[in-house]
Amino acid sequence: MTQTTNLPARPPRDLAMARVAAAAAVAALASVPLWGDASAERILGEFLVYAALATLWNLLASYGGLLSVGQQAFIGIGGFALYGFTVLAGVPMLAALPLVALVGLVAAVPMGLLSLRLSGPYFAIGTWAIAEILRLTVLQFPSLGGGSGASLPSDVLHTLGETRAVRSRVVYAVAFAVAAGSVGITFALLRSRWGLGLRALRDSGIAAEAVGVRVKPLKIALFCVVGVMTSLVGAVVVMQKLRVAPDPQFAVVDWTAFVIFMVVIGGYGTIEGPLLGAALFILLRELLADFGTVYQIVLGAIAIVMMVAARKGVWGLARGASRFPLLSVVRRSA
Amino acid sequence: MIWVNALVQGLLLGGIYALAASGLALVFGVMRIINMAHGDIIVVAAFLAQVLAVGLGVSPFVVAVPVVLIVAAAGYWLQRLLVNRALGHDPLPALIMTFGLSIILQNVLLSLFSADSRRLDAGPLADLSLAVMPGVAVGVLPLAMFGVAVLALVGLQWVFFHTAAGRAFRASADDAEIARVMGLDTNHVYALVTSIAFGLAALSGIFMGVYGSFDPFIGPSRLIFAFEVIVIGGMGSIYGALMGGILLGVSQALGAQINPQFQQLAGHLVFLAVIVLHPQGVLARSKA
Repeated sequence: MTQTTNLPARPPRDLAMARVAAAAAVAALASVPLWGDASAERILGEFLVYAALATLWNLLASYGGLLSVGQQAFIGIGGFALYGFTVLAGVPMLAALPLVALVGLVAAVPMGLLSLRLSGPYFAIGTWAIAEILRLTVLQFPSLGGGSGASLPSDVLHTLGETRAVRSRVVYAVAFAVAAGSVGITFALLRSRWGLGLRALRDSGIAAEAVGVRVKPLKIALFCVVGVMTSLVGAVVVMQKLRVAPDPQFAVVDWTAFVIFMVVIGGYGTIEGPLLGAALFILLRELLADFGTVYQIVLGAIAIVMMVAARKGVWGLARGASRFPLLSVVRRSA
Repeated sequence: MIWVNALVQGLLLGGIYALAASGLALVFGVMRIINMAHGDIIVVAAFLAQVLAVGLGVSPFVVAVPVVLIVAAAGYWLQRLLVNRALGHDPLPALIMTFGLSIILQNVLLSLFSADSRRLDAGPLADLSLAVMPGVAVGVLPLAMFGVAVLALVGLQWVFFHTAAGRAFRASADDAEIARVMGLDTNHVYALVTSIAFGLAALSGIFMGVYGSFDPFIGPSRLIFAFEVIVIGGMGSIYGALMGGILLGVSQALGAQINPQFQQLAGHLVFLAVIVLHPQGVLARSKA
């Protein structure tokens, strides 16, 4: 084999320890319903939602070069699809999830085709405009709750479990599965042949095209995969809040702006960075909970400072010392 | 007659939309970035105009000049001190920086002015109108604002194509590195471009504040309108911006005539139709 790496042959021992610590953290996160109280379950459940969103946005933007500012469209689609299937059509909650994913896919194809007619920064605002159009459209349907929204009725909730404790465990498990699935899909995709195509695409669309990467279908496919997963996150959000309303469900600030900030604060273009960013976001918000919307101002300011001073994010800074990632998707060459 | 009225209203509003869009298009044309806070700048100008007008007890049009100058100066230094550091091949840093600014501005406005929606009071001027033909009246104020907007757009066109500064803008847009080699200080050029864009945004913000209500969180919707104007009219042409603004304004006015809830949706649908049929904008064909 030729020299394909400029790293030392063996990972240092602290990497092994870091991996053990990471695995322990994942196990602790998976088992929250066994050891945590209701508030731990709520906060970590929210963390899982943001971890999934940050991972998905990072996949879309840093590997696909698709700077979407309209991912809230899928949070809305997923949330309202769940409401429609469970409340209006009477499908049990868990059985509705595959249907939600299907709706996400059916919506993602035309949205991807439409918004990809615009490029670069225009693509960004195009996706946002489409999300806004969907929000205004949903507002027109009184059966979906109209402007003030609607709660999930108790007979629908009972399809998840008889007691509140059981239901909240199931919801947490679904949130964990969606977050883990998002990270898993990102990891698997980047290690695959398509991952190489995506990376070529990110570095130069024209060059990628020239070496045989079919750019447009690849971008659409990526947009759809992320759209399906984001729709599922939207369904999880409704399962956690037990209500759905157009404005919060299609909120650009909550579901896209904050998520982008998490990705760049944690570390753009890595698997670990978005997870770290989501954790830092939750931490910051809880710390500043007594000061109203100050955390939003602080978050915006941190994102600006990071763009000037540390583009690789906190994870990039931390990794500066040890050059091994916890999960390697990098194929290095000397 | 109701339809003719709506058409005229939409056309006049379209001039202001074009004004709001021109700054966004100018920044994109020269620096290839989108200022995500563009809509919030429009709103900040409206709040500033209200504070000054109420404080001094004068009409918001009297304070328009200082407001435009203050916002333009802020644009210059914002670009010089911050956004210039985010420029490069990757559009992401500038997008994030301006997105961060957008969130900060919205929350600062919220804490200063509460979430109530407000309007700029144009005084007795607001009631004057001209009867153009039986049943169709045009407000003097909307007509005057349309006129000023068109003048500002023509002025921008003139600066861009007939002055030394405009030549520097075009040179930096074509190839920033060559422009630097030829002795241009592109940091200064970009800052000038942003200050002009902010000034135009501020003017449109005051006009929009007279037309309709605003609140701390209306910025993103202003940004989307401005963006749709550019997409509808085609990128990089001031006449395109005017055409796009008028098409958006007219479709919103006609939509509102069918059902008040359709006002925004009608404009968005025209935007979608344009992306599907003519992604380069409605004027693209005449250029080709």
